[in-house]
Amino acid sequence: MFELLGVPPQALFGQLFLGLINGAFYALLSLGLAVIFGMLNVINFAHGAQYMMGAFGAWVLLKYVGIPYWGALVIVPVIVGALGVVLERLLLSRLYHLDHLYGLLLTFGLAIIFEGIARYAFGASGVSYENPIPGGVNLGFMFLPWYRAWVIVFSLAVCLGTWLMIEKTKLGSYLRAAVERPDLVQAMGINVPLMITLTYGFGVALAALAGVLAAPVYSVTPKIGAEIIIVVFAVVVIGGMGSILGSVVTGFGLGMVEGLTKVFYPEASNIVIFVIMAIVLIARPAGLFGTAK
Amino acid sequence: MLETAPSMTTKAAELQVRDVHAWYGESHILHGMSFAVPKGEVVTLLGRNGAGKTTTMRAIMGLVRQRQGSIRFGETETIKLPPHAIARLGLAYCPEERGIFSSLNVTENLLLPPVVKPGGMSLEEVYGLFPRLKERGSSQGTKLSGGEQQMLAIARILRTGANMLLLDEPTEGLAPVIVQHIGEIIRTLRTRGFTVLLVEQNFHFAATVADRHYVVEHGHVVDMIENSQLAANKQKLEGYLGV
Repeated sequence: MFELLGVPPQALFGQLFLGLINGAFYALLSLGLAVIFGMLNVINFAHGAQYMMGAFGAWVLLKYVGIPYWGALVIVPVIVGALGVVLERLLLSRLYHLDHLYGLLLTFGLAIIFEGIARYAFGASGVSYENPIPGGVNLGFMFLPWYRAWVIVFSLAVCLGTWLMIEKTKLGSYLRAAVERPDLVQAMGINVPLMITLTYGFGVALAALAGVLAAPVYSVTPKIGAEIIIVVFAVVVIGGMGSILGSVVTGFGLGMVEGLTKVFYPEASNIVIFVIMAIVLIARPAGLFGTAK
Repeated sequence: MLETAPSMTTKAAELQVRDVHAWYGESHILHGMSFAVPKGEVVTLLGRNGAGKTTTMRAIMGLVRQRQGSIRFGETETIKLPPHAIARLGLAYCPEERGIFSSLNVTENLLLPPVVKPGGMSLEEVYGLFPRLKERGSSQGTKLSGGEQQMLAIARILRTGANMLLLDEPTEGLAPVIVQHIGEIIRTLRTRGFTVLLVEQNFHFAATVADRHYVVEHGHVVDMIENSQLAANKQKLEGYLGV
């Protein structure tokens, strides 16, 4: 077997592929965060917890209701998104006239509460969710599990769909305009408060969707959200706060950078994203795709 | 003033503002603002900077949170309505800063406001009035010149079917030839039956387009001058405006 830079290709492609999987989750989660931040000016710290709720939601549906993975993929984001709508109406909407910090603190508190409830209900060690598409194919240079391929293709499709919806549709033009001047868009006859509520619901639903996708890949514990969300915030900072395209490209890109680091210098794999974040913050504080305000 | 009273009562008021007070936080901006805009007329609010003209427009659109008094549009009391509901009644607002969206191209900016009523101009008619907007359709909205941005800001509210337009200083900072063009546009709108409320600092311009002028000082109307009486009241008006 030949080697690339002293590394067997099996290991290289394996790690690159794992990086792509992680990147798919970074992209989906940072996309939701970006959409919410753009519209609500709220840094949704509950995003990780909502992702975790998605994963447990899938498990609960399977175990207690008998609804399989494919049903959960639709039902769970709708339910968790609806919960987000209620949160926005009851709590978040009261904070818009205050500094960002209040929204951040509120959602941070909510994240802790959701995580605590999950620990109480399901235990700290978590549960496991069966792979709905077992098996895979040997490509020669690596083994490709079907489910993981599905995760990448599906999350790419969701990211692309969201981007098209925002950049190319009428609804998207309302969203983009309302990010700039909500007052003016409302004075054109568009119900902006309703749009804000639904945007939050949509962002939360994206987090829950990522959670359902993640359930068969990672073990489902109350902490999965808290673990991934720190990296996702770094991704958002690198990509540029509120940039849709930025969050998707950086999500996938950084997942792969992380994978490559695992091959070439495993000791740095846990910090490489944060090192990049520090460099980006110094060189381009608005992020790679962000525009300085 | 007496001879102007009959014309006010024979024509139905499209917009009736009565004793409106408005606040931004602690500061009390409008102090009992009252005036009427008869249907089909072009009416200006004249006054110095900070007199409360823009705040009056924002209050009419519901964009000033703290407001009280009465604002009737047609048959509907709007003082308690949110901005999107007010817009849906057929009122459209063109702000002083024009409000062109940088994340939208010219065509997207033009097509952004939803149609709220039947009877608005078709896109062809709008392009007929503003041919430049068709040529620059795919440019980023904020890449247009100041005059073109102003055209776009006016053009986009003509499609919506709104029958009353609030134009806040549409001539501000523009070259004389463009000011002239905007004057023609406003006269065209008047003949097409639009009711227009115009905020202006430049009363020479206002005189060429308006039916009547309200003079605003310290958040309320202190005088009303019919455009036909403008010449006779020139000195008084210059006193109000400090020119």
